[in-house]
Amino acid sequence: MNLGISALQYVNSIKNGDFTVEEFIEKSFERIKEIDDKLHAFLSFNDIALEKAKGIDRQISSNQKVGQCFGMPISVKDNMCVEGTKTTCASKVLENFVSPYTGTAVSRLDAEDAIIIGKTNLDEFAMGLSTEFSAYGPSKNPWNIDYVPGGSSGGSAVSVSANECIASLGSDTGGSIRNPASFCSIVGLKPTYGLVSRFGLVSYANSLDQIGPMTKTVKDSAFLLNIISGVDHNDNTTIDNKNQDYLKNIDAGIAGKKIGIVTEMTNPDGLSTGVLNATNDAIKKFEDLGANCEQVSLGMSKYAVAAYYTITSTEAGSNLARYDNIRYGYEFDSSGFEFNSYISQARSKLGPEVVRRMIVGGFVPSAGHAGKYFLKALKVKSKLITEINHIFKKFDYLISPTVPIQPFKFGEKINDPVSFMLVDFNTVTANLTGIPAISVPFKIEDGLPIGIQIMANHMDEHSLLQAAYALEKTVSLPEVEI
Amino acid sequence: MAKIGLEIHGQLTKLESKLFCPCKADYRQFEPNTNICPICMGIPGSLPLLNRTAVEKATLIAMALDCKTPHKIAFFRKNYFYPDLPKNFQITQLNVYGNTSIGWEGKISVADKVIRIRRIQLEEDPGRLIYEGANEKTKVTLVDYNRAGTPLVEIVTEPDFETPHEVREFLNILSDLLENLNVSDPGLEGAMRADANVSIEGGSKVEIKNIGSFHDLEKAVHFEITRQQSLVERKIEIVQETRHWDDGRKITVSARTKEEEAEYRYHLEADIPWVRINDDTKNQLQTHMPESISSKKERYVSKYGITSQVADILASDRYFSELFENAKNQTNAKDIANMITTDIMGLLDTRKKRETSKLSSEHLSDLVEYIKSNKITRASAKLALDEIIKNGKSLEEIINDLDLGHVSDKDELSNIITQVLNEEAKAVKDAKLNPEIVNFLVGKVMQKTRGKADPELTLSLLKKSLGFD
Repeated sequence: MNLGISALQYVNSIKNGDFTVEEFIEKSFERIKEIDDKLHAFLSFNDIALEKAKGIDRQISSNQKVGQCFGMPISVKDNMCVEGTKTTCASKVLENFVSPYTGTAVSRLDAEDAIIIGKTNLDEFAMGLSTEFSAYGPSKNPWNIDYVPGGSSGGSAVSVSANECIASLGSDTGGSIRNPASFCSIVGLKPTYGLVSRFGLVSYANSLDQIGPMTKTVKDSAFLLNIISGVDHNDNTTIDNKNQDYLKNIDAGIAGKKIGIVTEMTNPDGLSTGVLNATNDAIKKFEDLGANCEQVSLGMSKYAVAAYYTITSTEAGSNLARYDNIRYGYEFDSSGFEFNSYISQARSKLGPEVVRRMIVGGFVPSAGHAGKYFLKALKVKSKLITEINHIFKKFDYLISPTVPIQPFKFGEKINDPVSFMLVDFNTVTANLTGIPAISVPFKIEDGLPIGIQIMANHMDEHSLLQAAYALEKTVSLPEVEI
Repeated sequence: MAKIGLEIHGQLTKLESKLFCPCKADYRQFEPNTNICPICMGIPGSLPLLNRTAVEKATLIAMALDCKTPHKIAFFRKNYFYPDLPKNFQITQLNVYGNTSIGWEGKISVADKVIRIRRIQLEEDPGRLIYEGANEKTKVTLVDYNRAGTPLVEIVTEPDFETPHEVREFLNILSDLLENLNVSDPGLEGAMRADANVSIEGGSKVEIKNIGSFHDLEKAVHFEITRQQSLVERKIEIVQETRHWDDGRKITVSARTKEEEAEYRYHLEADIPWVRINDDTKNQLQTHMPESISSKKERYVSKYGITSQVADILASDRYFSELFENAKNQTNAKDIANMITTDIMGLLDTRKKRETSKLSSEHLSDLVEYIKSNKITRASAKLALDEIIKNGKSLEEIINDLDLGHVSDKDELSNIITQVLNEEAKAVKDAKLNPEIVNFLVGKVMQKTRGKADPELTLSLLKKSLGFD
């Protein structure tokens, strides 16, 4: 049995009776058992996965109606709530938090008979891009375990890339789906802000957070997006997509489309040689597919990373304030502490990156400094939106490498926060402007993956997936060996 | 001269659910921490879901207070750590980056003065802290989150008050207004709370918090003015600070925290998209706006000839004005109004009594009708009222049950009068010297007939018997 199949192939195989759901789930757990000690993609597992698999098998054999996912194993980033199970956000402060409810994206998958096989590792509260900030230790890149898998949805990317499951749900605030997708050579889609309900997603920066699929193929992303997208009465920010079918005409091609190559994101000074070459190859492929590629400047993107960190730190400072160690938290003796000093003591136990954001988040929106930092960041955001709107009047897509560099070694960047931040340069714009963006695996260079990012206009996932599919078809990449 | 401004927090108690979740807005009926859900407890991953009716009710208040209202409202987060705040931020509104709160620049007349309203905002109430324990060692603070997320309107006035009395007047008017709009029940414990800012010439602004009732607020403001005046007289500087009202000692005490340095890190609440309030909605609200108290009062006076004082009392109270509206017609309105203000208000002077009362508008119109047509006396009517409130039976039934039928039969009454005159020989003698004594004798007759005797007939028969004619 090949565990490396796509979601759509899985559905066909189950329908054909090639194997049972139980067999596939059992095999997946065997593989996890075999390799996850090394990769550390998962933080916890679903104890009743096998039971559910048997149930679905029974439904299939008795010709009852079965949901579209036919029991396929899907992993979920551990910042999404699943009723009765731990949701740790890879933080010690939520080590024992058991969610009393299931979030919308997960429950929609569940309703279509996906099997949530386990919860995956991330940087603490999704702040980071390597999983090195997980309080439970980092995940490893299956392409080379000395290298980071990217983040913050690193565990999700690893679990899909290493064939521990069929697909995963990640979350993306500044690149957290696309970055690890690129580093692990899988497809990662960050949908339009509001297309997928955030109900059940533990907020990091709630004006930018978005859940999206992480899959082996572009079609799989379309397939999962069909299930998880659309208006939700539990999230006031969701948008009605009129049940759009993202798989329909996905092979329409991109002949005649106009593609903007974002100058600032393809600047040779900022890209590693391998990434620069891959980008040029990708441009050539797009042209071969009949698209017209042209350089376009996105001037405000120069300030996007600064604005991104200012806004996310402000919102994180607020969103994470509830972790005051009173209703959930660490073992901590409160005697002798006055209320505020107790809270500050307890909160100093959050991980280093979270503490860094809390400090920045306490400063940049404060009364004396908001004008210089937070309000300026909001201005950048609004100008960036104006610029993007203007550009999409002329172009159908914007492209860039997903990440300016290839995966780096553990410890290589962790002590240099600024160079760390610049890794986000190409991804944050889509979050700040709310537009959809996808990372498509494009090349393996020196044994490590490179992904290409495509961005499209607000709510234009359909055409975004068509372009991604067209690009995907032009490349043939090796399987990871682990 | 003192300058006083107010910040009033009024709960929208008439709403079904909390501001951002389906839990009940009226939390008072629940055991501690049972009217809660993942949203109002801020459980990770939960999102606030805006109660649109709360926005409409709050807008109604803004319109009734002559405020300007926006086309789009926004919510902000006010960040601070406090045990009664499940998320450690409060979702509220802010007009610093443009006017996006429920309303601003309104006004309200208090006696002959106009008090300006600076702004009205919609926000969530925090939970409740309960301090328990007899001594230092056993002292604990308990938190009840049932109230967390209850819809609250904050109404901020300009510092337009000059005396504690004006403050009290204003609060009474505002509380009547909220009740009349059917958005709040200000009589409920904690449904209306107010903080005051007090400053006098040559001093700085002092905020008084933690005041339990309007009555105490008036006292607190009075105390604070006196305190500040005595400081000025002794040339001691008045510091800008927050003071708490000490309910036990009836004084204000310095809160000793540097609240002016509080840093709330306000920013937009992205989980709640901007809410459009278009002209259609506003017109709709305007059309369905309950008649204002002043217009009701005017109508009662001009249309029914009710005295201005009675009309004022009646119009200001939603419960009694509703009772009046349903019972009255063009001919009996004045009598209905008088009966409500002289008899019924005294009998139904608490919320509980009103809630259990069986009195209907039909009862009321019947009572007035029966008195007018001499079927019962006013005194009997009072007895009947007591019964009606208790059991809700029809007036006719109660008259039978209690034998309240009017004694207007001359012979029967004459017999009773003869009895009374025999029993009260001394009074009869005194009456020759002091004609006022006759009223005492009327009273005795009434006693014997349990109030059923026709007073006029009794008087004339008595006078005849005493030879006064």
